[in-house]
Amino acid sequence: MFPFPGGMKKRRPLPFTIRLGRWLSPMLLLLIWEAASRSGLIPERTLAPPSAVVETLAAMIWSGELPSNLLVSFGRVAIGLAIGVTLGIALALLAGLSREGEVVIDPLMQIKRAIPIVALAPLFIVWFGIGETPKIALIAFATLFPVYLNLYNGIRGVDVRLVDMARSFGLRRAQVIGQVLLPGALPSLLVGLRYALTIAIVMLVIAEQINATAGLGYLVNNARDFMRTDIIVVCLMVYALLGLGADLIVRIVERRALAWRPALVEA
Amino acid sequence: MAVTFPLPGEAASARPEPVVRLRGFSRAFGATKVLDSLDLDIAPGEFVALIGRSGSGKTTLLRTLAGLDSHDGGQEVAIPAARAVVFQDSRLLPWKRVWKNVGLGLTGGEVRARAEAALREVGLGHRLDAWPLTLSGGEAQRAALARALVREPKLLLLDEPFAALDALTRLRMHELVLSLWQTHRPAVLIVTHDVDEAIALADRVLVLDRGRIVAEERIEAARGQRTAAVRRLRAVLLGHLGVEAAEGSYADLVAHPRAGWLAAAE
Repeated sequence: MFPFPGGMKKRRPLPFTIRLGRWLSPMLLLLIWEAASRSGLIPERTLAPPSAVVETLAAMIWSGELPSNLLVSFGRVAIGLAIGVTLGIALALLAGLSREGEVVIDPLMQIKRAIPIVALAPLFIVWFGIGETPKIALIAFATLFPVYLNLYNGIRGVDVRLVDMARSFGLRRAQVIGQVLLPGALPSLLVGLRYALTIAIVMLVIAEQINATAGLGYLVNNARDFMRTDIIVVCLMVYALLGLGADLIVRIVERRALAWRPALVEA
Repeated sequence: MAVTFPLPGEAASARPEPVVRLRGFSRAFGATKVLDSLDLDIAPGEFVALIGRSGSGKTTLLRTLAGLDSHDGGQEVAIPAARAVVFQDSRLLPWKRVWKNVGLGLTGGEVRARAEAALREVGLGHRLDAWPLTLSGGEAQRAALARALVREPKLLLLDEPFAALDALTRLRMHELVLSLWQTHRPAVLIVTHDVDEAIALADRVLVLDRGRIVAEERIEAARGQRTAAVRRLRAVLLGHLGVEAAEGSYADLVAHPRAGWLAAAE
């Protein structure tokens, strides 16, 4: 009745030994890296050894340098995302639920899509200076589109037969929107959110190259000037963890909001 | 079905006000006339079957009776406010549990209790809290039937509701529909392309062709005692559908020496 690509098939969990085996190659890489550093094959100014990275990480957490800067970056992502996602949802609802809205909004969004957001950075600096505003604006502007596009397509993609059914039972327009269109578009919205989170972190990296005085990007820029490859690697790890964390949040939301999908029902 | 009911209209003097009344109803999409000055009356509690080939206008007529298509002003269209549709696909909302689907848009209190009663009546009392996508085809159609019944409709529209079910499930659904109809007595219009289904269930069979009702057959024989009537009626109805068929049951029809009509009908 409802097509879920890949959703209907139940995935069997991998046997324990294979799951354990998947850690083998990353571990091996770390060992080779450490050995190469110690033997002098990789000089410290090219890439710090894993042991030094761990030490630096501990020191940066202990001194409060990492948490305080992480908080600044986190704040930028949170505010930018909040603005971008809210705008994206609002515009998608307007365009998805009314013909007039579609005619007005969708062409603008398609034009916006054609412009690489990163290329807007110089313009944003001219407009907003080099403070927090251009950074947040870049993240907001970049995350708006995936949310808009997915939710808009989700609303338009809701099975008309379900809408007909609801209307045949005398549901009013507001009820059709609330009980059929929006729940039907929710899976698409979550896909959009997942993209938005990933893009937000990419944009954070780019935005923090703009003369930051705090934040992860500031740490990276400083470390570059002093050739502290250990700090750079620590920041890369934090960026990766941010990405993984964001993905995990959406997964948890999906599991709760889309409990009606058979793959999850049976699990 | 041993129980029989007096046919509506038998006592012409006490003819009740029809629940559905169309007079000269036409509908056109562009230059194609889908429905062409159609007259239709359905009496309260009457079970009517509508058969017709694809493209004969069945769906458009059903959408009109379901109130899904706005009709042009000036045409005489009377349909009851209390009406409900069972579609060919169950059209349950997958994100609502079964009982919430049945109670969709219901006003007044005790929605859960009413939905539960309707689901018990169709034999789904044990699947109240199931997700629709975990139901079998037959269960989903029974839930759709419960969703229609809970509204206590004066007009129940069935749009090829059993076409996608296997033969055995279809048989059970036919029995269920008849027993529900006898309990609640809504007027029923079933759209089908299955002549046997129409003969088994209906008081009256209408044949729609190119937007017009080209034939109307009233079945006087009681349900369950229609074998004799079927021989002639099946051939007549198939004839109206443009199929030249011999009299008899389905088995004899297909294997008939003059089975060449199968190709001719396409």
